[in-house]
Order: sequence, then C-alpha cells, then structure tokens
Amino acid sequence: MTETIVGIGTRKGLWLARSTDRASWELEGPHFLMSEVLSLLFDTRAGRNRLLVGFRSSHWGPSLQHSDDLGATWVEHPEGSIRFPEDTDTALKATWQLTADPHDDAVVWAGTEPQGLWRSEDAGETFTLNRGLWDHPHRPEWGEGAGGGAIHTVLPSPQDPQSMLVAMSTGGVYNTRDGGTSWNPGNTGIHAYFMPHNEWPEFGQCVHKVARDVATPGRLYCQNHRGVYRSDDDGVTWQSIEEGLPTNFGMTVVAHPRQGDTLWLVPITSDYQHIPPDAHLQVQRSDDAGTTWRTLSSGLPSTTYTNVLRDAACTDSDPEQPGFYFGTRNGEVYASTDGGESFSLLATQLPDVYCVRALTLS
Amino acid sequence: MTARVVIPGVLRELAGGAHELTVELPEAAPLADVLDGAFSPWPILNSRIRDERGEIRRHVNVFVDGEDAKRAQGVHTRVGPGSTVHVINAVSGG
Repeated sequence: MTETIVGIGTRKGLWLARSTDRASWELEGPHFLMSEVLSLLFDTRAGRNRLLVGFRSSHWGPSLQHSDDLGATWVEHPEGSIRFPEDTDTALKATWQLTADPHDDAVVWAGTEPQGLWRSEDAGETFTLNRGLWDHPHRPEWGEGAGGGAIHTVLPSPQDPQSMLVAMSTGGVYNTRDGGTSWNPGNTGIHAYFMPHNEWPEFGQCVHKVARDVATPGRLYCQNHRGVYRSDDDGVTWQSIEEGLPTNFGMTVVAHPRQGDTLWLVPITSDYQHIPPDAHLQVQRSDDAGTTWRTLSSGLPSTTYTNVLRDAACTDSDPEQPGFYFGTRNGEVYASTDGGESFSLLATQLPDVYCVRALTLS
Repeated sequence: MTARVVIPGVLRELAGGAHELTVELPEAAPLADVLDGAFSPWPILNSRIRDERGEIRRHVNVFVDGEDAKRAQGVHTRVGPGSTVHVINAVSGG
C-alpha cells in the first residue's frame, strides 16, 4: 500500500496530511505551534525516514529540528545545527531551503537568511558554511527583497557533483562548477526593470524560484519578479518563456518529477497586486518547456484574493501519477492527482502556507 | 553570593523544568558572563534567548534588578552578587 504524506509549513506551525488514496486526508498537527515553518525536507535516502524542518519563532529565533519517526518525536542539536562562524559576526535569521544531495546520501544542503549556503555531511544534524559564496565580492550588494535576503533555491546538478545553482531575491542566480569553491552569476537574459540605470545587470535580479527539468538536467525554469525564463545551458543564460501566460509575475515554479519539458506556475497579477489574475486562482502548465501554456483551474475557487508563495508548491513521487500540491496564503491546500487537470481541497482554515513538501511511502 | 536568573515559563522545559537558575557570583560581573554561567548546561535554552554572537534576541527582554538591560549596557550590564535577572518574552508578535 502506498501512503502519501504532505508536510504543510505555515506561519503558525507544521501540519502533516496523510492519505492512502490521495482523496481523503487525515491532518495531524500542529507541530511547533506559533513558529513560522519555512523549509521542509523528507529524506528517505539510505534507509532513513527523516523529516527536517527549518522554522523560526518571532521571540525565540530560528531552529532546525529533525524527526526520524515522522513527527512523533523531534531532535534539536544542542549547539544549533546552523551557526554562523564567529569571524562572520553574523547571526542566523532563518533556514529557507533544505535540499538532499543527489550524489551523496549523507549530504543535505541548506539555504539561509542572511544569504548563506550550508553543507551537512550527517543528514542535516550539523552544517558548515560554504565560504566560496559567503566571501563572494558581490555579497555586500545583494539586496533583501520583500521576503528577506536569503538563499531560497538550492539545485545541485544530478549529473555533475561539482556543479550547483543557487538563487536569491534581489541577488539572482549563482553557479559553481568546482564544488562550491568559486561562484559566478548566471543572470544573462533576466530582466531587472527595477534597476533603471541598468536593466540587464550581471547580478541583482529578483529571482523568485528556479526548478530543474527532470529529463534534461541542464534545462532550468525561472519564475522571476516580472518574467518567466528558461535556461538551456545549466543556468548561465536565460530566454523568456512568458508569451501566452496571463501574467509574468509569480512566486513559484515546479518541474514535473518524471516528465521532461513539463512545469507548473501559479501566476499572480503583478508585483503591486498580489492576487491571482482576475482574482481567479489558477495554475499554468506547459508540456513543451514553456513554448505554450494551459490554464488549469478545475476545483479551484473562482474568486479569491490570496496567492501562493515560492516554496508552497511541490509534487510527490507516486509511481503512477505524481501528485501536485500547493498551499495558499489564506490557509488552503489543494491537491491534484491528474497533473493539475483538476484539484481537490486537501486542507483549509490553516494559517498562511509558507512551504509544502510531499513524501510517497511504498 | 549568588545571582538568580528567572526564566519564562514557556522555556522552563529547556532548563529541566527549573523556574530559575543560580550562578555563583563573588563579585559584580557582566550580564553576558552571568548568562553564560546559568545557561552552560542548557545550550538550547541559551539559543532561544541569545543568538550565536551572544546578543539578546530582539523580542526577548532581560531585566537586571528591574532595569531593562537593553536600555542599559546590554550584555555588558553589570550584575551584582544577590541580583535577580529576569528573562521575559517581549510584548510583541501577532
């Protein structure tokens, strides 16, 4: 029997939704009540059954904890899993991204605020700061955007262990090809309309989210602050794929986990109107790497003034038809088991949804 | 002489259930040293109150004998033998 677990990180805690048919769901929680749950990772590599959670309390600061029994008990490293080294004179604000390494079963990557990239070699219990990125000469010029200055996207190459892409808002995309020793901006072709002195800068673009194509790993999709792009050279140069979309603004992009050239966006009207186009919640799907788009909204509310944040959408790894999930800022989570053709309400009346991640257990 | 460090109820489970911690203090010392002494057996409690630089978190207030340390000399505020240090979650949030 297959069980699906959807982790829902919200402004006021974590919920876990469990289902054996992906039609009826049992909601369990909250964990970490009153903490903002910003990042989740289900890690089933090497026989583990681990859930890593990055959260922060407005009073008590950030924390990273893990559970090896799917939320029954939690473990926090006594010294803190992520601590900025003393010489940086910096304090951790939040962990916004947790990513499993595709080459080493013990390695987990974390992206933090302020803009740090961290590597764990013990499955997320302790992390070491990547100095190549931290010491980058561009760092003093990286901005904070509305959501804070953070590495919010970490995409190791599934082909080359030395290669990785990271992204941040009002900083842009950076790539390493030497295992993190050196980093180069990869923003050519991404527009930065908000920099009127130079709208095509080397860095500083407000990249909201990047996703990697499953069949062509050097192909990436980017939802930018105004603009949707594709890269066919592993994140060095980008071309617009926004033609045919109702808007070019949004926060999230998700690539299909098994079908190449297939991706989903959740469009938002604009940077000054954070509501769905015409207040109609919808998903945009492309099956040809962004050449054409289809509007999918069956089962979604026809009038709403909410939106979907950058990590609040994901897929599961169901062997037959991967599920697609997203959560809204008004506390609803929607599930689709037909690629987005139709949605059903998985959860409602939750706090603002910050992140959603799914696990398929066989 | 000792100094008392009173911790908020919501954090007491991180101090083994203790309502307050005591620190031997033969003479006046900076608040940072007193907190180091009180929290050394309880590093997770310490991380809730101070960041990795040793700074008191923004929405945590620490009073030394009734005086807000952030309005005094912060973690350099002097704590005398017999003093009471109160750690309180600030009135903030939503």
